Amino acid sequence: MHLRYTWRTGILEIVMIAVAVLFFVPVYVLINLSLRQPNDPAGPLQLPTTFTLQNYANAWVEGNLGNALVNSTVISVVSVAVLVICASLAAYPLARVGRRWSKAAYFTFLVGLLLPFQLALIPLYTTMRDLGLLGTVWSLVLYYIGLLMPFSIFLYTGFLRALPAEYEEAAAIDGASPFGVFWRVVFQLLRPITGTVVILDVIAVWNDFLTPLLYLSGSGQQTVPVTLYSFVGQYVSQWNLVFAGLVISIAPILIVYFLLQRTVIKGFASGLKG
Amino acid sequence: MTTAPTVSVARRAASRRNGIRRGMSRLWVFLIPAAVFYLFVVLWPSIQGAALAFTNWDGLSPTRDFVGFGNFIKLINDPKAGAAIGRTLLIAITITVVQNAVGLLIALGVNSRIKSRNVLRVLLFAPAVITPVATAYLWQNLLSPRGAINAMLDLLGLGGIKQDWLGDGDVAIWSICLVVVWQFAGYSMVIFLANMQGISAEVIEASYVDGAGPVRRFWSIIRPELAPSITINLMLSIIGGLKLFDQVWVMTGGGPGGSTETMSTLLYKNAFQFGDFSYGIAIALVLTVLVAILSSGQYALLSKQSKD
Repeated sequence: MHLRYTWRTGILEIVMIAVAVLFFVPVYVLINLSLRQPNDPAGPLQLPTTFTLQNYANAWVEGNLGNALVNSTVISVVSVAVLVICASLAAYPLARVGRRWSKAAYFTFLVGLLLPFQLALIPLYTTMRDLGLLGTVWSLVLYYIGLLMPFSIFLYTGFLRALPAEYEEAAAIDGASPFGVFWRVVFQLLRPITGTVVILDVIAVWNDFLTPLLYLSGSGQQTVPVTLYSFVGQYVSQWNLVFAGLVISIAPILIVYFLLQRTVIKGFASGLKG
Repeated sequence: MTTAPTVSVARRAASRRNGIRRGMSRLWVFLIPAAVFYLFVVLWPSIQGAALAFTNWDGLSPTRDFVGFGNFIKLINDPKAGAAIGRTLLIAITITVVQNAVGLLIALGVNSRIKSRNVLRVLLFAPAVITPVATAYLWQNLLSPRGAINAMLDLLGLGGIKQDWLGDGDVAIWSICLVVVWQFAGYSMVIFLANMQGISAEVIEASYVDGAGPVRRFWSIIRPELAPSITINLMLSIIGGLKLFDQVWVMTGGGPGGSTETMSTLLYKNAFQFGDFSYGIAIALVLTVLVAILSSGQYALLSKQSKD
């Protein structure tokens, strides 16, 4: 049995922990600097002379981060919910129908993985303006649903292809409608990959910077990354304040990740089988 | 008489199966919602954008003229654009190579018997979920002359190689690559790991019984099985590297002295700051072509190799 723990494993364990510690030095410095006073003489690697939470209070108020967190949450939840429904629905024929139209449609969706979003950004900007959606969170919701559709369909289709079709066939023979088969059988089977799709799409939506910078500029309705950008622009070189703002804005996404980490890491495994 | 019911049952089953097949061909209806969003947000505006690259539109005025390849001729004669294209390729290749090498090594490290493997997987992937704008600000501070990186070098007795990591035009581009690799090595790791866990445990065990060392085990048993994850990882990091914007924009804005200007920052400046929208979009179109060539090229290369 190769699962023996030898002295070599021990050395590997030490090396890997050292690597992880090295990876986390930046995060340590981030939290460390956010907890000290601006005039603290301690170096960036040393602990603060006196601890303070004042930076967090100031960043929260002056950065208008509460409003930004609400906006980012609304945009993420709505667009990812629509993405999950549309992409899983589309994956069903794409994975199960071997006809030419199905293959052509799948290929057309995959082209979207290659197109840089900058190409579509401005023509879409003018369309959004004409529709009166500019400056509202709905312009971004619409944008993310379209932008992340290829990636979500790619994950769903790959996963579904690796699953046997027997359950669906049995349900269809029992007289279920195509949508009934999808909803009661296929969508339930897709659950593990839905977890992966949700977390990866939420990360992409939450972290996007350029699109909200353009589509929401001057509206007072901002997302977290853009709020951070103008906040830092305003308090440039007040690093303790800035770092507290950074911690507040990355905390929600990190919490979601740590809660769903099992699904995320397992989901990759199932996504790769396709 | 006894066979008649069986025949009719079989016939009924066959007709049901035909019904299912007919039902399957009607499934295209399920594509409609996804297709509508995709056409409206991605495909149609991209085609519009591509067409605008052949005009002189400034992004605002109601009129525009067709100028043929004018923007592309301007691009060829623009030394800044040529340098940005070269630099973008350099960044994409550096990130692709280093990020995947680091990702593969840490994947091998945590795909082992060590007790901390589950915790380490979760922690090493964590940087990949953080907002790039936030990591960029964090690293801007870490890489500053009095930042944590120089402090660490002092601590290790390597004070001699201290730098102004983002302020020196020769070094800044490598510092940006470092930040991207730090953030996304965990992403590559998770994809490699997923692939490694699909390799049969018996084959791995047999290699221990045969007395193969870790290097030999990797090269002869694990490596040949990694083709799917290598393809996905290379594709993702090439595309990500070519499109890189947030980190550059926040940390250096393309400076110092244009030494970190990439295609994405250059197109942003032209389209949104210099009012030369159609030129910006011509750069975007060249970027699209580069992405398509590099990603399909590496895909073809790898699938040919895995066939051999």
